Amino acid sequence: MIDIIQQYWRPLLYTDGYTMTGVAMTLWLLVISCLIGFCLAVPLAVARNARNPFIRLPVWTYVFVFTGTPLYVQLLIIYTGIYSLSIVQHTSFLNAFFRQGIDCTLLAFALNTGAYTTQIFAGAMRDMAFGEIEAARAIGMSGFTLYRRIIIPSSLRRALPLYSNEVILMLHSTTLAFTATVPDILKVANDANSATYEPFWSFGIAGVLYACISFTLIFTFRRAEHRFLAFLRR
Amino acid sequence: MFNLGGYGPIILSGTLTTIELSILSLIVSFLIGLLGASAKLSRSRIAVGIATVYTTIIRAVPDLVLMLLLFYSLQIWLNDLTDALGLDQFNLDPFTSGVITLGFIYGAYFTETFRGAFMSVPRGQMEAARSFGMRRFYAFRRILFPQMMRYALPGLANNWQVILKATALVSIIGLSDIIKATQDAGKATFNTFFFSVLAAVVYLVLTTASNGVLMLLQKRYSVGVRRAAS
Repeated sequence: MIDIIQQYWRPLLYTDGYTMTGVAMTLWLLVISCLIGFCLAVPLAVARNARNPFIRLPVWTYVFVFTGTPLYVQLLIIYTGIYSLSIVQHTSFLNAFFRQGIDCTLLAFALNTGAYTTQIFAGAMRDMAFGEIEAARAIGMSGFTLYRRIIIPSSLRRALPLYSNEVILMLHSTTLAFTATVPDILKVANDANSATYEPFWSFGIAGVLYACISFTLIFTFRRAEHRFLAFLRR
Repeated sequence: MFNLGGYGPIILSGTLTTIELSILSLIVSFLIGLLGASAKLSRSRIAVGIATVYTTIIRAVPDLVLMLLLFYSLQIWLNDLTDALGLDQFNLDPFTSGVITLGFIYGAYFTETFRGAFMSVPRGQMEAARSFGMRRFYAFRRILFPQMMRYALPGLANNWQVILKATALVSIIGLSDIIKATQDAGKATFNTFFFSVLAAVVYLVLTTASNGVLMLLQKRYSVGVRRAAS
């Protein structure tokens, strides 16, 4: 155990000397995919609740497909599937994009978490107290102002507990990145295991690192809930 | 379009492996969940402590890390055990380790689901059953369990969907499931895209079908609940 830590502490935490690895890589994957997913989810959640079926149904299909299939399959489609298409290989910018494991991973993660987040936000918007909307209408807010000032802020606050859950699950999902040769914590642990044949300690150390990140995230979200949901506190 | 390049049977058997794996893991994690929930609600401090440590650790560490950890370590521990007992080496196949690890991991999630559900059943129900002279296990089977299931079903449905999707990970430890079958077929026929999408479609069908079954179960266990007409 000690020799694994001595030999691998640097790649496990931030770099193997060439690129970003380990905890830094995992956090980078998590932050970027959650950011893109969040930006996708807010407009899509509004569209998901639209009255017009031509707006609502495409979003429903996106959520249905991406929450109904495993992330690993989505990653395989994007990483090995799309790159095998000849049109992708012969278009230079597509070729450059899909050849990089990290690009494919980020794309798959962002689309996946975007779908789950859309579901969460759309649910929160549907469950909004009708009085809030009625009051805003009575004041004379137009549709856009109503969304910007009332519906989106209020539903995002109420979605916070579920959203924190989704972020933790996304952290757990980032482990799949190592199948696309992205050097995250699990990839380093896997290398350590192949070099030392000590699976319990190699993966155990990785597990401890992931648990530390999980607990930090849980703690941060608790504080955020305490602050943003103060009006629900009793 | 439906010419699977002769890979049809392999993909079909891969699909069956995936279904078997998820159902067996569901059963194992269901039982562990019941055990864990009773431990968490018991009076014994040690049982509560062990169950709390178990659920906290499992839910904080990613399932793939736990799966690799257990898959590689289980075999080593088993070898040590058979060496110590002077027995022949006993090899764990990926399927068995898949069931054990998935069951062990999702047992923690089931523990939390069942704990919440047990606590939702009014105390008086169990007290009434006991005062009728029912034995503990009998009262559990006839009174507590059926009512608890009604509260547990939404969480259970969610866990089942997660387990079904988590079986995709078991191909990483070498099980020939639907993913492995479609990837092999894709590599051999140079049509990875089509076969990967096929795997996704199979999963989509499985999750949609199980959603239907769960809705029927929900109906069955909600018999006797009056709902305000909306």
